[in-house]
Amino acid sequence: MSDQARILKFQIFRYNPLKPGDKPRMVTYEVTEAPGMTIFIALNDIRENQDPSLQFDFVCRAGICGSCGMVVNGRPDLACRTLTSKFPDGEIKLLPLPGFELIGDLSVNTGKFMRAMSERVESWIHDINADEVNYEKLEERMDPEVADQIYELERCVECGCCVSACATKRMRPDFLSAVGFMRLARYSLDPRDKRTDEEFYEIIGDDDGVFGCMTLLGCEDYCPKDLPHQTQIAYLRRKMVQVR
Amino acid sequence: MKVIYTDSLIIGGGLAGLRVAIAAKQRGYESIILSLIPAKRSHSAAAQGGMQASLGACVKGDGDDEDVHFGDTVKGSDWGCDQDVARMFVNTAPKAIRQLATWGVPWSRVQGGDRDVVINGEKVTITEKHEAQGLITARDFGGTKKWRTCFTSDGTGHTMLYAMDNKAIQMEIPVHERKEAIALIHEDGVCNGAIVRDLITGELIAYVAKATVIATGGYGRLYSVSTNSVISEGIGTAIALETGIATLGNMEAVQFHPTAIVPVGILTTEGCRGDGGLLLDKDGYRFMPDYEPDKKELASRDVVSRRMTEHMRKGKGVSSRYGDHLWLDITLLGRKHIEKNLREVKEICEYFLGIDPVKEYIPVRPTQHYSMGGVRTKPTGESPTLKGLFSAGESACWDMHGFNRLGGNSVAETVVAGMIVGEYVADHCAANPLKVSTATIEHFMKKEEKKITDLLVRDYGENPFELKAEMQKIMMDDVGIFRNGEDLAKAVEELKVLNQRAKNIALRNRISSSNPELVEAIRVPKMIKLAQCVAYGALLRTESRGAHAREDYPERNDRDWLKRTLTTWTDDSSDLPEVAYEDLDVMRMEMPPGSRGYGVDNTVHHPDTEKRVAQVEEIKKANPTADRHEMQELLNPLTIPEKFKGKNERIGRGYK
Repeated sequence: MSDQARILKFQIFRYNPLKPGDKPRMVTYEVTEAPGMTIFIALNDIRENQDPSLQFDFVCRAGICGSCGMVVNGRPDLACRTLTSKFPDGEIKLLPLPGFELIGDLSVNTGKFMRAMSERVESWIHDINADEVNYEKLEERMDPEVADQIYELERCVECGCCVSACATKRMRPDFLSAVGFMRLARYSLDPRDKRTDEEFYEIIGDDDGVFGCMTLLGCEDYCPKDLPHQTQIAYLRRKMVQVR
Repeated sequence: MKVIYTDSLIIGGGLAGLRVAIAAKQRGYESIILSLIPAKRSHSAAAQGGMQASLGACVKGDGDDEDVHFGDTVKGSDWGCDQDVARMFVNTAPKAIRQLATWGVPWSRVQGGDRDVVINGEKVTITEKHEAQGLITARDFGGTKKWRTCFTSDGTGHTMLYAMDNKAIQMEIPVHERKEAIALIHEDGVCNGAIVRDLITGELIAYVAKATVIATGGYGRLYSVSTNSVISEGIGTAIALETGIATLGNMEAVQFHPTAIVPVGILTTEGCRGDGGLLLDKDGYRFMPDYEPDKKELASRDVVSRRMTEHMRKGKGVSSRYGDHLWLDITLLGRKHIEKNLREVKEICEYFLGIDPVKEYIPVRPTQHYSMGGVRTKPTGESPTLKGLFSAGESACWDMHGFNRLGGNSVAETVVAGMIVGEYVADHCAANPLKVSTATIEHFMKKEEKKITDLLVRDYGENPFELKAEMQKIMMDDVGIFRNGEDLAKAVEELKVLNQRAKNIALRNRISSSNPELVEAIRVPKMIKLAQCVAYGALLRTESRGAHAREDYPERNDRDWLKRTLTTWTDDSSDLPEVAYEDLDVMRMEMPPGSRGYGVDNTVHHPDTEKRVAQVEEIKKANPTADRHEMQELLNPLTIPEKFKGKNERIGRGYK
């Protein structure tokens, strides 16, 4: 990285729906680049030194909590771990993730969406005996490989990038989206969850579910955690087709 | 005035808060969780390496049990912890982890047979027992006698938090997101809920409850560089302080983690060293064995952080534009291991440093990481001075960590405290009708409304972002890993000035709804008060214990300082908290004070220590047939909620 500081040009979507008379617009801010600068650092710099009203969401700033999904130069991504040095011309355009309720500027309500998704796919272990388990005893054994496979699918951080990158979701507002399929795939893989394929079918066996997917696979292309969306959607589809 | 009633109000949606809510709901009490963010984004998710529970299933955990875990925890705390609480904790941790297994955490499991590991820089083959196949496995962590840290790759906190939040969703526990508690409501020494600001609309809402639980995490962001999430600003702790009634415990006890990446301070897990990673200096030399020949890189965190700092002060650090650092070398673990068990670390290195840790060293240095201090509670989780106020997790000084927390004991505390405190919260809800006058609610509501109005109408004044940055720099420079009287006194004086300036904040963006500057303006004065509690407590404590290391008082002084610092802020016009102390009773300790086994033991002993050691010996002699459970009952009779009292089973050992 060069010691010569560049001037970065941020074009940022601004709109506060709660401010009477406010209109959506793009505003340009200039920031002096620092070594190792991320979009997280740059946005805080803008808020602290130029415009204290700028809204955005960061929590862990380490790429693990999924708070900071936004559209960075046309690609949904985690802003906190995006280095500004990645952009040779120093121009960075930021938009809020589409497909979610806008709170203001770059902040969207992914929480509300994800809670609804979790409720819809019943994102928990279904086992009527689970509450009767005696925790003093040795835990139920699990194949180490299976545990690793479940973790592989559980790495989703609910950032919402897959939802924003999904063309089907744009056409079908109630489309479950890749985040929901991944969650369901995770539970269908888990031997502790006693749900049958028929029960899973009730959740995703329609056009707002896995049969609606147009297989454009924006989810696969933009998932910041490189989750195997394509494989899982194909797997769920095959499984669901066999149900009826 | 908008008022919402519930049985228990839980402030904070991380592991501890969720677990308390689940416990209360299971007992039939309505719970509402308030969270700044969606619960699954809480800082609990950032715990990478694991959760300690003495399951003893992996071969290197053979012989582990509650007693060994207890010993490690008490030693790790430098005898500053509450041993009753540490005991409750270690006895309950195996149940907590097994419960989480049924709730969906895909804990990494034992694979019977040979496997290659790295121990002390050497490749070694160990043989896992076939009869343990499929049980929850564990890795090595610092300051522990056994491999006890259970994990899912290095995404342990993430999987625990997801399982816990999913359980809460299953139980239909509402999480009111983007809500910030900015003051507690209390009357006649009883807490009745909180005044809460909606971070989107700006509306103030009174949440009125029989039990109010603070589970807002630590106060790491009082420092300019911290591994903590940006929301770990201690606001829950601060609103307890601002009641003038609730006490804070051991606020000066602040932990620095040895291996955060430079410069941004993002954590690389202790699992890196637990799995065999080494610390190297600018010459590529492994220096830790010179300082700590026994535990080396896996000494307790406070010890490793100090040794690293010492070594850098000798000119052995790698210089960079961001100051000196050292190297963390995990290349010897190999690609396969790193991509399976340290994948978050790998991602972090790739994204934030542009390096591949399979081939390259990671630049690290000790960085603020954990707050041992917090809202002082009884073993039940309730404040000893403000009835109906509870706290659990990092925000609490329940006090199982004393002056230094062991790696892997943090997420373990969140879920165990959640279970135990949750039961007492339910008991409280059962025993206490809601009694609060609407005039009281209105009084607190008006007070907060006025503060916000004042901020919105003031034309000229201080910039909250600048105040915060100044505070963070003071804490960083003068209240860090090594402390001394002169720097601390300077910090206290400078914080007094900041506390005055914080009364005169003015905003550039003067709207009452969603407004990040207003959020900052509400928080910063609270944070400065907390910072002062840390700095002043550190100045007064003229000894070194755990993570509190005074260069001018290098010895641990049990004679004068075997006590817990209690801080209150009764006078709002004051620039300093009131400080009192609570003695730790040596004569009741299951494990009387001794040496931690690091460096030279220069402890100034407490007059009761020898007496208690002799007494413990006598009890042991008088009960030659007592097994370890009976012995524990004799040495440390405990009150644990009935449902967690049972003995824990282990492979090859049964319930012994």
